[in-house]
Amino acid sequence: MAVAEQTGVWLEYFTRQQPAAPWVQALREAAFQRFSEVGFPTTHDEEWRFTNVSRIAGQASGFAYPASPHSNIPEEAQQYLGNHAAIGRNPFVALNTAFLNEVRFVRVPRGTVREDPIEISWEAEAAGSAPGVFHPRTLIVVGAEAQCTIVETYSGSGAYFTNAVTEVVAGDGAVIDHYKVQRESPEAFHIATMHATLGRSANFSSLSVALGGALARNDANVTLSEGTDATLNGLYIVNGRQHIDNHTEIDHAKPHGTSHELYKGILDGKATAVFNGRIVVRKDAQKTDSKQTNKNLVLSDEAVINTKPELQIFADDVRCTHGATIGQLDAEALFYLQSRGIGKNQARSLLTYAFAQELIDRVKVQSLKDRLEAVLFEKFHDYGG
Amino acid sequence: MALLEIKGLEAKVGERQILNGIDLTVNAGEVHAIMGPNGSGKSTLAQVLAGRELYQVTGGQVLYDGKDLLAMPPEDRAREGIFLAFQYPVEIPGVSNMYFLKAALNTVRKHRGLPELDAMDFLNLVREKMKLMEMEQTLLNRPVNTGFSGGEKKRNEIFQMAVLEPRLAILDETDSGLDIDALRTVAGGVNALRSPERSMVVVTHYQRLLNYIVPDFVHVLSEGRIVKSGGKELALQLEESGYAGLGIYDEGEAA
Repeated sequence: MAVAEQTGVWLEYFTRQQPAAPWVQALREAAFQRFSEVGFPTTHDEEWRFTNVSRIAGQASGFAYPASPHSNIPEEAQQYLGNHAAIGRNPFVALNTAFLNEVRFVRVPRGTVREDPIEISWEAEAAGSAPGVFHPRTLIVVGAEAQCTIVETYSGSGAYFTNAVTEVVAGDGAVIDHYKVQRESPEAFHIATMHATLGRSANFSSLSVALGGALARNDANVTLSEGTDATLNGLYIVNGRQHIDNHTEIDHAKPHGTSHELYKGILDGKATAVFNGRIVVRKDAQKTDSKQTNKNLVLSDEAVINTKPELQIFADDVRCTHGATIGQLDAEALFYLQSRGIGKNQARSLLTYAFAQELIDRVKVQSLKDRLEAVLFEKFHDYGG
Repeated sequence: MALLEIKGLEAKVGERQILNGIDLTVNAGEVHAIMGPNGSGKSTLAQVLAGRELYQVTGGQVLYDGKDLLAMPPEDRAREGIFLAFQYPVEIPGVSNMYFLKAALNTVRKHRGLPELDAMDFLNLVREKMKLMEMEQTLLNRPVNTGFSGGEKKRNEIFQMAVLEPRLAILDETDSGLDIDALRTVAGGVNALRSPERSMVVVTHYQRLLNYIVPDFVHVLSEGRIVKSGGKELALQLEESGYAGLGIYDEGEAA
């Protein structure tokens, strides 16, 4: 489909938006301009090689665009919004920015410690007969030496397209524990980009849990400063004909940064998944220490995983390790459990659960941990049966 | 009636034939030692009895309590009272020892028509059994066998056996890798479980273990067949003359 054809209907939505403050309007227009030029990506784009979004691009005329309320974006968001998630890099970020309207804006002032987790919940509601389209936008600004926990949740029912962007800005020495739980409906399309720009000696830890959606793409990007410690973890569990694509980019821009990355996938049925982990170590970023691991548990013959590390190292005094595994349930472990009287199906679900446990164990928010354990228990119970 | 009756059992792994017609009868309360050089088929026999799918049975019959054992999946064998203490206990990260054992015990109890144990009763039971095996209670909260020392793994096997109370225990080289103190503890645990209702098949390469777990019968396995059977004195004879004294060599060695 030609770019003009694809974007035509989006132009109609675009012009139907309520006007906003001039600076918001300027962001929207630049973003829509960009989107009109490039259109939706295709599998010819390296970044989208294994994720075909033609179902989203093709359905454009069929989306119901919810009536947009007046824009609620506070002035003080201006210095951050759109400066971290770049519209030039990803057409979906451009599309989200073109429809900037409702922004969840979290500010944690310098030196403050927020004990309770900050919950940001985006729930897609049916917009009528046609699938709805949503552009959730979250902005998290954490001051120097401040500390907080963020839990982002995406859910909904029926068919819809959620196109989310989250920007995180962490001051020097800030400590952020971030969680994203994607539990979209089985018919949903979920495309999301998170970009975190991290200050000197900041500590950022993020866990993405992706469970839902017919087609989901999750980009998690972080830019580190000097002495920054970043952790990007992910758990993706797909079944049936689900497709999940995780793209991460860890950009070591300054020296002495440390990054840890562990993504684990569980695939069943005819599901497909992608893990693409890019690590950039810039010329200045000496003494970088980076470790990337991607492990996949494939429970069926027909599920497919494409995993690819992408290391771009321009400094010479660094330590970067990466590894990927694709495997099945350990036959010896299965037999061990069975030899103690545990039924084969229960043994399978126990081992599958155990594979995910490593990441769930790292969740520091007890209520979230309980919730995730319950969800997984139910999921794997089904797998076992 | 015999608890276990093995008749002409043959088995292979891949294309390699390992068991070439084993005959063995074990009555209730008896302890049988199976000895033999490397590659003689000792561990294969143990695994076949427990139901490991890796091994393909190509002939013969096994009756357990009069039932066709080979027709049962491994979990049913366990529920019917067969317990294999592994030569190499498997590490299972992510599954706690406690959760695993409680699930196993309650499945077995359910099968025997006993009520499931609640958390408190279970804890009291395992505390008592851990004492017997001189095990640290912290091992309960760790993932199954993960990061355990060789001795801890073997103790954990006998501890599980003590909790599950099998009718037929198969110990596969339970002595391997143990120092003398650990061996005494493990053997003590096994001996405490000896009873007129419980039978044991003790697979071992060395006579050493049999000083502590004294068998009623000793069988020598070679090339997948029992070539000699006798009382406990047969083990001592082997200790003196070695397998070569019986004209038996490790697989692959010139005979």
